Amino acid sequence: MSGEMQPVGQEAQGLFGVSGSGDTSGFGGLVRPNPTAGELVSTPEPLGGYFDEVLAALRETHGDEVTRAVVVDRGELTIYIAPDRTAEVCRTMRDDESLRFELCNSVSGVDYPSQANRLHVVYHLTSMTYRRVVRLETAVSADTPVVASVTEVYPTADWQEREVYDMFGVVFDGHPHLTRILMPDDWEGHPQRKDYPLGGISVEYKGAHVPPPDERRAYR
Amino acid sequence: MTATDNAHDIFAQEDAYAAERETTEGKVYTVTGGDWDELVAAVDPVNDERLIVNLGPQHPSTHGVLRLVCEMEGETVRSIRPVIGYLHTGIEKNLEYRTWTQGCTFVTRADYLAPIFNEVGYCLAVEKLLGVTVPERADVIRVIMMELNRISSHLVALATTGMELGALSMMIYGFRDREKVLDIFEAVSGLRMNMAYVRPGGVAQDLPDDAIRMIRDFVDYMPKGLDDYEGLLSGNAIWQERTQGVAYLDVSGCLALGVTGPVLRSAGLPWDLRKTMPYCGYEDYDFDVPTQTGADAWARYLVRLDEIRESLKIIEQGLAKLRPGPVMVEDKKIAWPAQLALGADGMGNSLNHIRHIMSQSMEALIHHFKLVTEGFRVPAGQVYTAIEAPRGELGIHAVSDGGTRPFRVHMREPSFVNLQAIPAVSEGGLLADVIAGGASLDPVMGGCDR
Repeated sequence: MSGEMQPVGQEAQGLFGVSGSGDTSGFGGLVRPNPTAGELVSTPEPLGGYFDEVLAALRETHGDEVTRAVVVDRGELTIYIAPDRTAEVCRTMRDDESLRFELCNSVSGVDYPSQANRLHVVYHLTSMTYRRVVRLETAVSADTPVVASVTEVYPTADWQEREVYDMFGVVFDGHPHLTRILMPDDWEGHPQRKDYPLGGISVEYKGAHVPPPDERRAYR
Repeated sequence: MTATDNAHDIFAQEDAYAAERETTEGKVYTVTGGDWDELVAAVDPVNDERLIVNLGPQHPSTHGVLRLVCEMEGETVRSIRPVIGYLHTGIEKNLEYRTWTQGCTFVTRADYLAPIFNEVGYCLAVEKLLGVTVPERADVIRVIMMELNRISSHLVALATTGMELGALSMMIYGFRDREKVLDIFEAVSGLRMNMAYVRPGGVAQDLPDDAIRMIRDFVDYMPKGLDDYEGLLSGNAIWQERTQGVAYLDVSGCLALGVTGPVLRSAGLPWDLRKTMPYCGYEDYDFDVPTQTGADAWARYLVRLDEIRESLKIIEQGLAKLRPGPVMVEDKKIAWPAQLALGADGMGNSLNHIRHIMSQSMEALIHHFKLVTEGFRVPAGQVYTAIEAPRGELGIHAVSDGGTRPFRVHMREPSFVNLQAIPAVSEGGLLADVIAGGASLDPVMGGCDR
């Protein structure tokens, strides 16, 4: 486990996320370190299991620098790669005899607002031949959110990349028709980004107002 | 004026040179200038008959609010474009504003025909992030509930497919038997659908005795019903005609499109996560993975029937495995009270727990308050857990930033991924087969759109 690496986001302040209110306990001044900001720290190799074989096969084809960072956490392998190399890496992952990741399970996005490259795209691949799973992850900034599309390699990524575009605004270079899929075509903004509000209205119940979920007191 | 109009004009003119005329060899056109392709397009009789048919989103045969834009040439579908998102409820976004435990209430509403699977997938992800192992009894209860849910979901698949292909009796029987499963769910959790019964760390409460009796009755009853349905459908000439050779998708097509579950197994690949990457102790159960080689709607129907039989086997073994014990982890920093009793007001409560926090220990009360309102912290990191839902692989990608709420949860929904195969299985076929093919993929729009 590599507890020091985890790239995630919101800054937590105060015991209940309270700031500037009547805090009499003194705990309101606590600032918790953000475990998700900061540089990625690779797990020292060898990683054990099939992880080393996967890395060796990948580096043999694409050179050592293809893996920007490699993290093993909770028994799962994550390989961080450059956003313009996802397609070629996935092609190797699928076609290389010693890799054979035939199935692209899932493509999802994650927004880490505290990072410079805040928009992450995460691919989960399964090798049915070898019963292996691996996670590829890449990150882009919100200003130039361009990732190479893997639809040529894994046609199943078609809708999933559209969903990531819809929800996070990541543009997939080479996707045949990158349009919104879950939200209406004329929707503005990308709802799963952390700076996009949840919305909602306050509800009156027996004279009291219950604020919408994202405005309630935050127990973080 | 466009070139095409020009072409029409050319034909319309009473011109000494250029009129079209019928001859013994067929119609003869005299062409003087213009773009050849546009000219051909203008007189192509087939092209004129292309028709866009909009199927759904409000249509009883589209399994909810799925919209299919079909380009038709006569009765033949030339291209099909699925439009989804009508049931998007922002479940993944909402999760980020509630505690990890409250997340169960949201994920269970995604694929509303398989709520237990959503909950188990989500809870396995949370437990993996937490690094906790649930008690054995909780695992067995989860397996029993999942297999009951698989049966109820497959029964709905049979029922709706039957309805869409004209076998209305099947619809009534399918929903009637699903009702028996829902009665069991109600006895176990208090709710028929969207139970939020499975919680991080175990299950919400133990199986009551009458539920075990109901499950046994159901396991005794169901095989006879299945034989009836097989007799009702399998020999039926219309059913065979409507499903055999329809919506063909072979293994390579399935893998390219990411299609898993009964559709993949109907093409001959015995890929079932319960066997290949076991979870919840499935490696200790004796069951087969039914496969077919037809790769069509008929094969999927047979696979689903066989899977119900296998599920019944698993449930029987699960009942035999039930040993007394806790159904929630011991760690009081995670576990909500799980030994609930039904109160006079119809609410489930643990009387011992209430007595403890209300009259014995101030600290326990504070702790309970903190656990329920603030929730527990989950160490930072990300995991992906996958389980075999009735429609295929249900994957949960959960990210934690170390807080009391999910930083991000993504559901890899089999309905969403499998629906991509609709153009592949139905283009070039008849419009009626779009319905049969779509039904054989068994999409649930609640899961697809989340």
